[in-house]
Amino acid sequence: MKARFLVFSALMVSSLLCFATANGSWLKKVPEADRARVNPYAGNVEAARAGANLFHNNCAKCHGENAEGKGSRPSLKSERIKNATDGEIAWLLKNGEVYKGMPTWAGLPEQERWQIITYLRSRNP
Amino acid sequence: MRVITRFIQRFPLWSACLVLLPGFLFQFAPIALAQQEPPYFVTYSSVLEEPGNLEIENQNIAAAPKDANAFFAPTVEFEYGATAWWTTEFYLQGQATQNDSAVFTGFRFENRFRPLPREYWINPVLYVEYENVNGADKSFLEITGNDTIAGVQTPNAIARKEVVRTMEEKLILSSNVKGWDISENFIGEKAVNKSNPWEFGYALAAARPLALVGGSKACTFCRQNIAVGAEMFGGLGTRYTFGLKQTQHYAGPTIALNTPSGWTLKFSPEFGLNDNAAGVLWRFGASYEIQQFRDWFRRKK
Repeated sequence: MKARFLVFSALMVSSLLCFATANGSWLKKVPEADRARVNPYAGNVEAARAGANLFHNNCAKCHGENAEGKGSRPSLKSERIKNATDGEIAWLLKNGEVYKGMPTWAGLPEQERWQIITYLRSRNP
Repeated sequence: MRVITRFIQRFPLWSACLVLLPGFLFQFAPIALAQQEPPYFVTYSSVLEEPGNLEIENQNIAAAPKDANAFFAPTVEFEYGATAWWTTEFYLQGQATQNDSAVFTGFRFENRFRPLPREYWINPVLYVEYENVNGADKSFLEITGNDTIAGVQTPNAIARKEVVRTMEEKLILSSNVKGWDISENFIGEKAVNKSNPWEFGYALAAARPLALVGGSKACTFCRQNIAVGAEMFGGLGTRYTFGLKQTQHYAGPTIALNTPSGWTLKFSPEFGLNDNAAGVLWRFGASYEIQQFRDWFRRKK
């Protein structure tokens, strides 16, 4: 009974943390230098295709095949993402929001992270 | 080969599970995997399991040390991403020794915590593990204290009687530099059911994918799916004998293939660097990551 309660509590906390990711508070943490960074692959069709593969392999299971969001995990077609600069999204991919459910993706090479952003922009211009 | 046959004869059910598990997962969870985990066997990096993902890994070690019987030691790992800052893992271990027997050697339960909220030049991860393994363990998942390869000469029937319960702590430091992952682990281990002193060890590794840019076509043997690197690990003595004297050390290249179908295959020959080590440890492993495993238990909206 105690174990069940603990598991249930852990799930509740985890869900709340996932929900908290969607509030956009991370945007305030992005340093100016990162905010202003330019995507080297912006508008590159090949990079967007590569980004689609990477998105499918790494992101789609949480954010949905079409980036529409899934459960408490946010849509990447939202106005917030649309209005964010490429540099801000790159910062989020690199650092994550680990206490709010979004893992760091610094283990993916930087070029691949930019390709994912290029793909997201192509879906959500 | 005889060692593997002996293992199968001794543990038919476990062997069958090991063989069937990948096929089962492939049928029911044909999901692509996250590709950011470096190709290490001993060293940990700061990469944690993504929250909700379950990785099942079978990693094996085979060796034919001088003056000891050849052995084969499989380990099955279940690694789950509890949150983005906490990964928990459970291991089951066994081994088969030529001209001896095959035995179950114990289990381990580990947790890794990422204390800092962002990515820094050096990223620390704290590791805490409880081990309940017997003296017949030949998994070489880490080396601590003054353990030498001579320890594997003890017959299984005697070695398995000595059960050691230990708490193991690691400080994992990891950096990502221009596509390279560079990781250092500092290991401290203390038996909780014996009066053994603290034992220490280390592991170092570096790796990177062959290509840093993703291709526009999905493919299996693309360069970006192959990661190569090198690993080195060994013991650092105990609290009273700290240093390199009478310790064993290994180093070797390591390679991993992350297939788009969800599999990761790893291979590494690790060469003994001194007389206290085996000539070479052959390691190979296969893992499958089930993305968002926890969604299996959530009601669909």
